Amino acid sequence: MKFPSPSSAEAVVSIANLSRRFGSKTVLNDVSLHVPRGGVFGLVGENGAGKTTLIKHILGLLRAELGSVRVFDLNPVSDPVSVLGRIGYLSEQPDLPGWMCVDELLRYSRAFYPKWDAAYAETLREQFGLNPTQRLSTLSKGQLAKAGLLTAQAHRPELLLLDEPSSGLDPLVRRDILEAVIRTVADEGRTVFFSSHLLEEIERVSDHIAMVHQGRIVLCGSLDEIKQQHRQFTLHFETAQAKAPIIAGALSISGNGKEWSVMCNGARNQLPEIAAGLGARVVDDRAPTLNEIFVAHAGTSISNQPS
Amino acid sequence: MQIQVSVSDGVPIYHQIISQVRYLIAAGRLQPGEELPPIRVLAEQLTVNPNTVARAYLELEHAGIVTKRHGSGTYVSEARSSISQREKTKILAKRVDALLAEARHLDVELNEVIKLLREREQVMNEEATK
Repeated sequence: MKFPSPSSAEAVVSIANLSRRFGSKTVLNDVSLHVPRGGVFGLVGENGAGKTTLIKHILGLLRAELGSVRVFDLNPVSDPVSVLGRIGYLSEQPDLPGWMCVDELLRYSRAFYPKWDAAYAETLREQFGLNPTQRLSTLSKGQLAKAGLLTAQAHRPELLLLDEPSSGLDPLVRRDILEAVIRTVADEGRTVFFSSHLLEEIERVSDHIAMVHQGRIVLCGSLDEIKQQHRQFTLHFETAQAKAPIIAGALSISGNGKEWSVMCNGARNQLPEIAAGLGARVVDDRAPTLNEIFVAHAGTSISNQPS
Repeated sequence: MQIQVSVSDGVPIYHQIISQVRYLIAAGRLQPGEELPPIRVLAEQLTVNPNTVARAYLELEHAGIVTKRHGSGTYVSEARSSISQREKTKILAKRVDALLAEARHLDVELNEVIKLLREREQVMNEEATK
């Protein structure tokens, strides 16, 4: 099995300088990102940050007003058939016809995708424990999400696009969804793009991440590099400090009295020296969690509770 | 092979996999010549990215702890790791320093620490023979 290095591979999705306004509200502000082939790309941001609007541009449901969006090096708005046939999409609230039974949904979905793999669809149906004769309107929220995931996956799309797939679901269904993500990249090096406000999920399964905050990308890159570059230091001062110390290059400084936490991006080697200059010593130096990194960049926290 | 990863403490996941595999080998729960689970199987078991597992296996291989056999799988190395004595001392000295600092903070005498080390080794040996 080969796991191509995403940095050297070509981009499945390329977005350059994309901006979008709805009325007077700027929802996306100069967004640029590239989704490398064969990896998992996690889009992180709180509710209302612009994640769904970004995904709608990738699907060609919204036209790029400013900037450009290319998917498989095609324009998803002018070439929807070629683009959508290669994407599997699961929205936050799957919009499935409630009067259909599970097996009717499979036959119906199959008609849209020339590459539909009926045997694979059947395997997934069994694995997800979906009863073929059950009406969709009687399925639970978790079962509906699984039905949506099944129709998004059964044509083995080159790009699996999941918009807040675990939102409001119980841990068992969330696990099924994450396993589907893992299987997708482990199989034939296909690509997954998924958005979530659950940083734990993003951290577990992503190779690359982009953090979006109020329509802007505040951090984008390989998860390994991001984790490696950021350090959380604790400084101990001999005497209590009335206000936060000023440290060049620090992303965020918080604390009180004698002990202050400092988040740095990159400058980890210089910090002990800078601290000594301020009359403090470094008493702790650790790898921050993705949530702490997000807070440092966005100046705000993401709730870790599913909405 | 039972290992757990957690994203709540900030330690990169591939690091957690590496240190737990090393622990399992040291505790005798993974024997020389034993096969590690395939990358994709472990990735699904831990619900982590397969590339992360691949990276952990690669680093374990570079350290001589596991060996990859072509077209087959990844196995615990037969030979004891070939790192030099100096290298071993260097790796352990860091851990020992941290341990001594902690002991000093807690007002625990050196003799007590040595006694505890012996006791823990005993426990590890007992686990290995189970």
